[in-house]
Amino acid sequence: MTGYRLVLAAAILLAASVSARAVEPDEILKDPVLEARARAISTEVRCVVCQNESIDTSNAGIARDLRILIRERLTAGDSDAAVFAFLVARYGDFVLLRPPFKPETYLLWLAPFAIMLTGGGAIVVMLVRQNNRGRGAVTNLSADEERALIGVLQPEPEEGRS
Amino acid sequence: MIGGFAVWGLSSDRDPRGIPSVLIAQPAPEFDLPPVPGMDVPGLARTDLAAGNGPVLVNFFASWCVACKAEHAVLSRLTREKGVTIYGINYKDKAVEATRWLTDLGNPYARIGFDLPGRAGIEWGISGVPETFVVDAGGTVVHRHVGPILGPEAQAEVLEALRQAALPKVAS
Repeated sequence: MTGYRLVLAAAILLAASVSARAVEPDEILKDPVLEARARAISTEVRCVVCQNESIDTSNAGIARDLRILIRERLTAGDSDAAVFAFLVARYGDFVLLRPPFKPETYLLWLAPFAIMLTGGGAIVVMLVRQNNRGRGAVTNLSADEERALIGVLQPEPEEGRS
Repeated sequence: MIGGFAVWGLSSDRDPRGIPSVLIAQPAPEFDLPPVPGMDVPGLARTDLAAGNGPVLVNFFASWCVACKAEHAVLSRLTREKGVTIYGINYKDKAVEATRWLTDLGNPYARIGFDLPGRAGIEWGISGVPETFVVDAGGTVVHRHVGPILGPEAQAEVLEALRQAALPKVAS
């Protein structure tokens, strides 16, 4: 029975940790609307220490500072865009997990499509060429080749031995 | 093309953790920090940077930061031998420990701002300590160094930035 209970406890803990966020109780705003906005912003902001994590899930000290800061700005009446602008002014576009589409980031956003087009184009060209080569072999035998082919398929009887 | 990416990715000059700073060529951010409580060193504000005292280093440090201890020797030498003015920002530190740290190791900082909540750190866009900025006489940030200034290359880089910001005191 204790074994079963242990498994159950572990399962509950696991289930809880899946949705766990780094947001601590003292950070949460009383206004649920503001809090929801803060959470939505947090998931879009990169933790500058851990880098591949949003500040919503990061336990780093600076992530917590930024979460609190975002809530302060929202409480002070800032729009979401103003909060993002505040962060970008200090940490650059790098702080956004979804970088904006602008001249500096064209390469970043468009490179995958360019690579796909290049690769796709290469495949199409290759297939077309292969197709042409195959057709040419069937239809375009020269007269000499045809004679040689017939010679191979129907060997003439050797003359020396009649 | 893929090979090019691989070479770029593996190149030893590339720092995958490097974050571009938006502060370069911008005025230093607005901040006003009190002195470290109990220390006889003045605090630090943005107005001190724009006071026209020539280029300065602004160094974020903390007594709990191991790399800062290694860097401390370099900073001390820069003030002693090159006459560089260094302003410190004591980042998320305990006043007692910061004071003890600087008493034990010596204080290379002309001014120290006490940034317990780390707000000045956010204003400067730092991701950790130590981090060092070169600020010219007009209060414009001209260079950023992430991590400790260690080794001849890093020191040369910072000195070069100071020279370019026109510091007549830099001997070489």
